[in-house]
Amino acid sequence: MQVLVLVFINIILAISLNLVTGFTGQLSLGHAAFMGIGAYTSAILTLKASIPFLPALLLGGILAAIFGVIIGIPTLRLKGDYLAIATLGFGEILKIIELNLKITGGTVGLRGIRQETNIWVVSVAVVITIFIIYRIMKSRVGRSFIAIREDEVAAEAMGIDTAKYKVLAFAVAAFFAGIAGGLFAHFYRYINPNSFGFSRSIEILSMVVLGGMGKISGSIVGAAVLTAAPELLRSISAYRQLIYGILLVVMMIVRPEGILGDVDVKIPIQRKLEKLLNKNS
Amino acid sequence: MFFQQLINGITLGSTYALIALGYTMVYGVLKLINFAHGEIYMFGAFVGMIMVTTFRLSIIPAFIISMLLSSLLGMGIEMIAYRPLRKSTRITALISAIGVSIFLQNLGILIMGPATRPFPRSIRSYYVNLGAIKIDILQIIILIVSIILMVALHLLVKNTKVGKAMRATALDKDAAYLMGINVNRIITITFAIGSALGAAAGVLIGLYFNSVSPLMGSMPGLKGFVAAVLGGIGNIPGAMLGGVILGVIETLGAAYISSAYRDAIAFAVLIIILLVKPSGIMGVNVREKV
Repeated sequence: MQVLVLVFINIILAISLNLVTGFTGQLSLGHAAFMGIGAYTSAILTLKASIPFLPALLLGGILAAIFGVIIGIPTLRLKGDYLAIATLGFGEILKIIELNLKITGGTVGLRGIRQETNIWVVSVAVVITIFIIYRIMKSRVGRSFIAIREDEVAAEAMGIDTAKYKVLAFAVAAFFAGIAGGLFAHFYRYINPNSFGFSRSIEILSMVVLGGMGKISGSIVGAAVLTAAPELLRSISAYRQLIYGILLVVMMIVRPEGILGDVDVKIPIQRKLEKLLNKNS
Repeated sequence: MFFQQLINGITLGSTYALIALGYTMVYGVLKLINFAHGEIYMFGAFVGMIMVTTFRLSIIPAFIISMLLSSLLGMGIEMIAYRPLRKSTRITALISAIGVSIFLQNLGILIMGPATRPFPRSIRSYYVNLGAIKIDILQIIILIVSIILMVALHLLVKNTKVGKAMRATALDKDAAYLMGINVNRIITITFAIGSALGAAAGVLIGLYFNSVSPLMGSMPGLKGFVAAVLGGIGNIPGAMLGGVILGVIETLGAAYISSAYRDAIAFAVLIIILLVKPSGIMGVNVREKV
């Protein structure tokens, strides 16, 4: 059950990063920072201000989104690798601030957070996330994201306000990452800055790439496989990180387009839902 | 106090510069951020330490063996993990590099254990006193070795046929190939040289801080990359300059602002540089054409 909760949290993280990296084509290496903001904000609110879980969770997401905008605006000028490095830098700076602030508990972190997350809460959160991202991608906004990924200059020539949409992608992704962070904090009941560092960002990115970029179903598969794999390898736990590393290299060589490749898996219900949804739009 | 910190900064910065050179050279020919470079630095430090402790070699042969073995490792990584991805997207190669980095880090933990080990100080302690400033002989050695390696690299790239081929490959791989340059060989050589420089930095830092650990590569690896971007990625003199500047800013920042925010200062510098001049101090702005 614990693994399943973690899988669901990681699905939210992977889908939200996919929005930025997979759909909009902006490589981000600092996604865990948004997760950290959400986790710390919601944990501090429930722990120290005794605010109920749900509003705290949402506030965590909103603050993460605000940071998404703050980071999004200055980095708009940057492209490709430079953007990746800037997001990496922001992520590390936020982690170091978390390590040094009093309110975040420094290196010790925060403990004794209320247990609020369970399998039902995360299931609802995953469904809502998938639904919202799916709707965004089927809308005008989503098409603008894809246009920016395919060719930014052409998109701009077509009248798409690329700056606005890039910041929007960052903000939405940060919001969901913040929610995932809040769920994470209220599940493990303990957080410290190292949970939200560079290696976590990389983990999320591997899920997106391994599952297949620019596909929601890919992120779900990627998150499930990469979360479950270390758990399944628990019996040989000394080697599991080792195998994880090899897995990444081999997957990139053998199947760079992701586990699902060109297949966008659709479950029967999804088709019916899509028909229903598309009628309204 | 200020000059003392300045010297500490330059010492640290010259090792960043050595690491940055590996990043910048690989980026120059492959447009790949070689995230495994920090682990090559770690590997180099371990080889140096093992040569000195287990094989009882003196520091100079240990240093050379470490550079040689690390360049073999670098070439191996390129052949196994990057060469099959030459034609695929850059993000795939990046993930592959991250995979190699995770693999090497955990291999290090598995073989050597997660604990930090001492690097025996195989150079006699000696301090040069210049008024109020006290300079460790090790600092002078680090500086001199770094300068020698950098000048050697500079001469190699500017004056030899291999160097010319490297520059051609960095400029345009396809055109270089058409001109009869064995591009694969040049890329292998680039990895070998970059890795050897990274290993040199690893041994020097291991000696200087008297410690090696399997996780030692991650932060200096990132910093080396920051230094490369700072100077203008793909630009060899830029990487040297970027390394020294980063080392000095970081050390002075830690001394005068806050030592807890030491790493944050390095990354803040990076972001400011990226925003002001994304191509780095010595880089050339490339205008995007449609």
